[in-house]
Amino acid sequence: MLELKNISYSAESEKGGEKEIIKELSLRVEDGKFLAITGPNGGGKSTTAKLIMGIEKPNSGSIIFDGKDITDMSITDRANLGIGFAFQQPVRFKGIRIIDLLRIAAKRNLTVSEACTYLSEVGLCAKDYIDREVNASLSGGEMKRIEIAGIAAKNSKLSVFDEPEAGIDLWSFSNLIKVFEKMHEDKSKTIIVISHQERILNIADEIAVLSDGKILHYGKRDDILPKIQGTSSAINPCRAITG
Amino acid sequence: MLDEIQKRLLEEVADLHGVPEGAYNIRANGQKAARNTTADIDITTKTDKSGIDIKIKPHTKNQSVHIPVVISESGLKEVVYNDFFVGEDSDVVIVAGCGIHNCGTQASQHDGVHRFFVGKNSKVKYVEKHYGEGDGTGERILNPTTEVYLEENSYMEMEMVQIKGVDSTKRLTTAKLDKGAKLIVRERLMTHGNQFAESTYNTELNGENSGADIVSRSVAKDNSQQIFYSKLEGNAACTGHTECDGIIMDNAKISAVPALDANNIDASLIHEAAIGKIAGEQLIKLMTLGLTEAEAEAQIVNGFLK
Repeated sequence: MLELKNISYSAESEKGGEKEIIKELSLRVEDGKFLAITGPNGGGKSTTAKLIMGIEKPNSGSIIFDGKDITDMSITDRANLGIGFAFQQPVRFKGIRIIDLLRIAAKRNLTVSEACTYLSEVGLCAKDYIDREVNASLSGGEMKRIEIAGIAAKNSKLSVFDEPEAGIDLWSFSNLIKVFEKMHEDKSKTIIVISHQERILNIADEIAVLSDGKILHYGKRDDILPKIQGTSSAINPCRAITG
Repeated sequence: MLDEIQKRLLEEVADLHGVPEGAYNIRANGQKAARNTTADIDITTKTDKSGIDIKIKPHTKNQSVHIPVVISESGLKEVVYNDFFVGEDSDVVIVAGCGIHNCGTQASQHDGVHRFFVGKNSKVKYVEKHYGEGDGTGERILNPTTEVYLEENSYMEMEMVQIKGVDSTKRLTTAKLDKGAKLIVRERLMTHGNQFAESTYNTELNGENSGADIVSRSVAKDNSQQIFYSKLEGNAACTGHTECDGIIMDNAKISAVPALDANNIDASLIHEAAIGKIAGEQLIKLMTLGLTEAEAEAQIVNGFLK
């Protein structure tokens, strides 16, 4: 179980001075749940994801994971404790191959066929990709899929995805939904996805709407979704493109 | 016979666990330690100065030549001239390299001057590794000079690696390319401590449709310093690309000075240079996969220099 207790976080604003981004936020995610966090841009969604992974540290409040206070723990320790994080903008590396990255994520010497399975799941033809470097030669969409394959290989108890659909084309998008559905079949794993895509919200168990650093709505999908449909918190991808 | 230290050096610079197959010449502490010639590859000692001539007959295919040098004697300084004559229509691999073990107080230095005369339509892969070790205060110095002459439609790929333990190095590589000739260079350099490395490439693209791709990747740690000069001279309709990618760490310094001289209207030349520290987001990404910051750094550097 993951619990955020009264988390506050501020950062230096562009105009100078401190800006409070997260305000006394509390949130509880039970094991095996799929939580989607949505809300308007600038509402604090990505910051919340980074606070869970330890990339940002809160000014006050505490984060409890599996009964352990992880508020002051490093990123590395959280990762080894069972938290995974998919970047909104995946990081590129010169000289590190896709198979190397998957092996680091899995923490063991994956065989080529094991690594291929992870790539196939995200719709990449494994033999074309396995030895490629995770560098600028890959497109944004390819990077996003590799990022998700890495999270699958890490097989964390809790996986946090920061806007996994950003920069992904429509074809990949329906595959992405399938990937999440498959991950969610394993009820020992908890998934948190930052997204305002209605199709992702549709497969979540719970939805939290974050606005101005606070929880605006939080509850079961069927209770929350009707309240936010048609707003920027639940975008339909076809409408988003045509509209 | 080689002793254990020399054998280990040999392993580092030539991936050799014993004597190699094919033609070879092993030089240890300034003396010939072993040599083998084949029907197609002849190696002879120069009579006017220190060094060897390697003559590869035309149409020699899928053969290799190893000419490693190991130095385990403190204070030894030598200049060696090695000339490679590669006959037409050949396809060969040449592995050179120098390992210095210096546990004394005097500087050990090996300056190798290599000249390659590559015949028409021939293909050469050249691998050169430099390595230094030893606890002594004596410096380990390597100053290789490489001259490459590529005849019509020949191809040469050069892998130049200096990853560890060489205190001071000045590398000079010059190349002249005839019609249709291609040169590929992949240099990988790492310096640490107070080491200094300078690497210069002067490439003349003289023949029509000649092409060169010179790429250097380097990492400078601690207080080390590196300078990279690469000049492409396009004297005909040709294509040239030179790139220097550097990672700086600690108090290290890297200078990259690319230069292009286009002397023909159909010369197409490109240079790229990028130097910077390891990106914070790269470290964070690997830490989210469970590596410590130090492990993440090592992983990034190893990948970069692979």
